[in-house]
Amino acid sequence: MALLELKHVVAGYGGAPILNGVNMAIDQSDIGVIVGPNGAGKSTTLKAIFGLLKVTGGTVEFLGESIANSLPDKLVPKGLSFVPQEKNVFTSMTVEENLEMGAFTRRDDFSETMQWVYEMFPVLAEKRRQPTGELSGGQRQMVAMGRALMSKPKLLMLDEPSAGLSPRYVIEIFETIVRVNQEGVGVLMVEQNARQALAFASKGFVLAQGQNRFTGTGAELIADPEVAKSFLGG
Amino acid sequence: MTELVFFINQVVISGAVLGCIYALGAVGITLIFGILRFAHFAHSELMTSGAFFAFMLAALFASWGIVTPIPLGFVVLPLAMVMSAIFALGIDKGFYAPLRKRGAKPVILLIASIGVTLMVQGLIRLFFGAGSYSFFENETKDIFRIDLAFLGSTRPLVITEPQLLMIIVTVVSVLALHFFLTRSRLGKAMRAMADNPDLAQVSGINTALVVRVTWIVAGALACMAGTMLALDVTLKPDLAFNIIIPIFAAAIVGGLGQAYGAIAGGLLIGFAESLAVFNWTMVLRPLNAVLPEFAQLPATLSLVPTEYKLTVAFVILVVVLLVRPTGIFKGASS
Repeated sequence: MALLELKHVVAGYGGAPILNGVNMAIDQSDIGVIVGPNGAGKSTTLKAIFGLLKVTGGTVEFLGESIANSLPDKLVPKGLSFVPQEKNVFTSMTVEENLEMGAFTRRDDFSETMQWVYEMFPVLAEKRRQPTGELSGGQRQMVAMGRALMSKPKLLMLDEPSAGLSPRYVIEIFETIVRVNQEGVGVLMVEQNARQALAFASKGFVLAQGQNRFTGTGAELIADPEVAKSFLGG
Repeated sequence: MTELVFFINQVVISGAVLGCIYALGAVGITLIFGILRFAHFAHSELMTSGAFFAFMLAALFASWGIVTPIPLGFVVLPLAMVMSAIFALGIDKGFYAPLRKRGAKPVILLIASIGVTLMVQGLIRLFFGAGSYSFFENETKDIFRIDLAFLGSTRPLVITEPQLLMIIVTVVSVLALHFFLTRSRLGKAMRAMADNPDLAQVSGINTALVVRVTWIVAGALACMAGTMLALDVTLKPDLAFNIIIPIFAAAIVGGLGQAYGAIAGGLLIGFAESLAVFNWTMVLRPLNAVLPEFAQLPATLSLVPTEYKLTVAFVILVVVLLVRPTGIFKGASS
């Protein structure tokens, strides 16, 4: 049984569906990367899983349990976390407060998890009392990931974590994602830097027009001449 | 020295009292704006109804023959605040929550809150009539006169017991609010939701719970402000309706959504109003002795006549919005 399994998912914002039968399976050991052209439904897939828009067809199962149209306050305690692409930090709150908000659904002592996050992002430990709005783009992205990790998720979903970052930070963020995965957190992410991300993906999904076009390991997709030609820019 | 004491009595004390009332009202408005994104016009009615709750409780206590060293209005305040919090939750559930569920725009909620204003005010008039009541019909309002003769003042420093208690209670509740917002899990969740509602939802914060807590805090503080106002002046059905404009001005001047801004804005407008209507002749009268006959000071020399006190809030509002469009504490611009 996969950690997260999507079968023929149909979803949209109320009008015509944007997803027209998306299939996906992710294990806790996986790093899944969703690539595809603009408007293919990449971010929509993550939002549909996370209950932010209506799933009208197909099934979404997490640990064998249907979670279609469940709201985040039910999903986060189950072990699912989501980092949106934009506005993914509470700018008026300190770094530490941001992390605390990630642990809102936990009623147990989360100081150990916070320590774990600070070990992963030592910069944040230094700036724990600083308002997040004062941090650089890369550091904000770390806060956003740290916040999502505070609920001790089994699966971390990231919407374009490298968007707007300088190349140096892109590499740093990708390295962090791999490290998070090695610590036993499954990852499902949407990425614009397709080739770079597929290089470390254990599962790759190429979406186009709301459907899976190609599915395979990251290496397979990069090696596939058709994928390379149509979706990875030659 | 006498003149300085007069100035303190007229401007500092009455300004502080007015400022406290504005601040407590404005904090509620700013919290509701931060969480629910609409201007809650009916906040004045939460204040007035809160004062009536306190008045009823005080009357009830008095009828049981309970005598307390401090005015009964303050003794029953915690109970009245609980009642007001429940009342505020009920109003939200009855009027605003159904609209939010249908995705109503902020302006529709604003109009709905004007409707609530009229309804609550009508309800109060139905039960209590249009007359005014006093908390001190059977109690005496203690007045502290602090003799400052040793400083060379012929006038004492005058502060009434309710005024003194009001300032103390406001300071305590502002501190309590500060610790709630910066230390408690729910208080932080409130700030998170005001900062970024979508991310708050994504983090798994129970947004419905945060909305309820907001109404509880806003309702309780409104009750406090209303009761204090009624203790300082008299209780009537349009008690707080008359000052909703300066309260809104305080919230906007402070920066909408900023709790500390609302407190600063409330105090600023409270002091400014007292200062604007202050009769300077009282202080400058000694000058008459040296001034020539034709330049004698008039009997009243104030910035604005008392009847135009309300305009002070607008002037401050306009000036602040021109200089800092988001308010002193950088709130929402809309």
